[in-house]
Amino acid sequence: MAPERTSLARLPQSESDAPALPAVRERDLLPAIEPDRQVTDWGRSERFEGLFDRTVVEFFYRYWFRAEVEGIENVPADGGALLVSNHAGALPPDAAVIARAIREEHPNPRSLHITVEHFFKGYPFFSMLIPKIGCVAAHPANVHRLLYDEEQLVLVFPEGAKGTEKLYSERYRLRRFGRGGFVAAAMRAQAKLVPVCVVGAEEAAPVFRQSATLKRLSGLLYFPITPTFPWLGPLGMLGYLPAKFRVRFLEPIDTVELGADPEHDRALVQTVAQEVRARIQETLHEMVAERKSIWFG
Amino acid sequence: MSPESGAKARRVLVTGLSTYWGGRLAQALESFPGIEAIVGVDAREPNRELARTEFVKVGIQHSLIQRIVKAAEIDTVIDTRLIVDSMVDTRGRTHENNVIGTLNILAACAGSDSPVRNLIFKSSAHWYGCEQDDPAFFTEEMARKHPPRTPVERDIVEAEAAVAEFAEKRPDVTVTLLRCANVLGPDVATSHIRMFSLPMVPMILGFDPRYQFVHEDDVVHALEHAAFTRLPGIYNVAGDGVLALSEVISLLGKRPLPVLPPWGTGLAVGPLRRLGFRVPDEMLNQLRYGRGLDNRRLKATGFQYQYTSREAVLRLGEHLRLSPVLAGIREPYRYEREVEEFLRWSPHVRRERPGSYGRDDAGLFDPSPPTDEARADAVEPAPPRSATTPELPDPGRLEAEEVIALLSCLDSEQLATLERRERFGRARETVLEAIEGARDLG
Repeated sequence: MAPERTSLARLPQSESDAPALPAVRERDLLPAIEPDRQVTDWGRSERFEGLFDRTVVEFFYRYWFRAEVEGIENVPADGGALLVSNHAGALPPDAAVIARAIREEHPNPRSLHITVEHFFKGYPFFSMLIPKIGCVAAHPANVHRLLYDEEQLVLVFPEGAKGTEKLYSERYRLRRFGRGGFVAAAMRAQAKLVPVCVVGAEEAAPVFRQSATLKRLSGLLYFPITPTFPWLGPLGMLGYLPAKFRVRFLEPIDTVELGADPEHDRALVQTVAQEVRARIQETLHEMVAERKSIWFG
Repeated sequence: MSPESGAKARRVLVTGLSTYWGGRLAQALESFPGIEAIVGVDAREPNRELARTEFVKVGIQHSLIQRIVKAAEIDTVIDTRLIVDSMVDTRGRTHENNVIGTLNILAACAGSDSPVRNLIFKSSAHWYGCEQDDPAFFTEEMARKHPPRTPVERDIVEAEAAVAEFAEKRPDVTVTLLRCANVLGPDVATSHIRMFSLPMVPMILGFDPRYQFVHEDDVVHALEHAAFTRLPGIYNVAGDGVLALSEVISLLGKRPLPVLPPWGTGLAVGPLRRLGFRVPDEMLNQLRYGRGLDNRRLKATGFQYQYTSREAVLRLGEHLRLSPVLAGIREPYRYEREVEEFLRWSPHVRRERPGSYGRDDAGLFDPSPPTDEARADAVEPAPPRSATTPELPDPGRLEAEEVIALLSCLDSEQLATLERRERFGRARETVLEAIEGARDLG
């Protein structure tokens, strides 16, 4: 759970007259949580999220994808942790399944903050809805505040849009992991890195083609052609096939053990990013090999 | 350590005295006996009643201001002039005030023989702008990624750059820059308040931006805090909590009206402006992307906000419901030079009248971090400080010998009051010692 916060934290008074700023832990100065709020400071609405969770997510998680979770004990019960996952599907269902898996299976059902592209903040309706269900823009400052100051769980997809726009023929092949910004963020925040593997999303929302023309016309991030989209309109984005989902949380990497100020060591950042990527890729291969059927697991 | 022993401001120049912030600040400073002199300059006459602030009608010519600064030995210049709402004045005059004016004020404080030791500049969070790829909470070190989009933002960026350059050139001057979030309150007038006072609040269809507010009193207190504490650097001034616009509207008890189209918003606003709906450009960006600020740096210096964003909105809501009932009850203040001069300089005016530092919320702000009881008291309007012992003179206005001579005819309670005033005021050691001696005798 989030630590108790108060805006009225008493500051230690320095004895001398020197006007030096008191060394306060920045966490103590976070805004107090007001009980009557409708949304959090990040724009998350418990009411809306709960409704979404009880209806759409519940249906897909339990009945449609029949998600199974392994290694939930690898998600820390407290403190900031950065979950790193593979990413796939036209309107990726993996984030919601991971969030639900933690809420459902974890002894301390913490809420998960999902990082998304800045694109969503600029697109009407997405801009309104996405923060309400717990998504935040993937800005390094946002990730740092969530991990370090607020000690929350954050989910990143280092592949980003490159992962979701890949075609069905390239399934379970991880794209590159950017410049390792997510590793640097976890190091700076001294948070644990938890690699996550999701199998099933690629088959649930297969993308056959990407249309550059329609992408430009619609102003969307990418314009996938799937079995249901764009044929059934925007709701076609939710037209998932009933693939069996498996989520596996891998053993966390503790960034505190990597020495002091590891985020300034570019080589180390890259090494850790590669290591995380390799572990996810390997485990994905393992999980796909174990799977007997796409639909029944 | 007495609360004001670290006080740095004694002789203050308030530029932009006739703006809302200048007037409020001067009124607030008057209630601190530790402040010896308050001089206000503006091209227009003040619109608020001031008891001891000296008003000098002067534009932004730096040579004249410089002469005032030197003659009055001003140690603290507080610049509250910046226009951060493009609906306040014409484009040209706004630029003149914001950029040329700032350069002139800075020039008036420059010079190696200048007595100025502190410069406090009120800026705005519009400096950060509102963009799609903004962080959810701006901290003071963050730089703007995009060039300013609107004229007012451009002005603010330019003015702040000038202030930063001044700070670099004059390391002996403590330069404090306060970036205020959108201000709400019963007294101040902003475009956002005008929008919130409409029966239905317009929104851009498909957007629910994050908004952070600060109550007008907290802005005044932040300026006071900057005057009493050494605060070099930039500080965000914003109440705790970031609200969604939909939440703001429901707290106000209004209904949202998502009439502005998400595409071509600027075009659609044109006809609305002609209908009298005043939406400045910088507000359109906020209605789309919103903005949140990290207010922890100012809090770390010991400043405490009295209102969260939510409470500021609730207060505004109360005011909006009450204002039609109260309309026209209070007559607006009019500045009359002759009257003001009579009150200040005529030998017939009894200066030591009780409540001469008349500000209702004088007790609300204490430059030291208040104790919990003080905070609890502060919720109710505290009585003016001088009301407790009306016959007691203000030690700040007497010479040390005069105060000491007076001590013998005071009782212990009055002595305690006097000691408190002296300690919070001029804190002369001889006087404090004498009071202590008198108390021991009593």
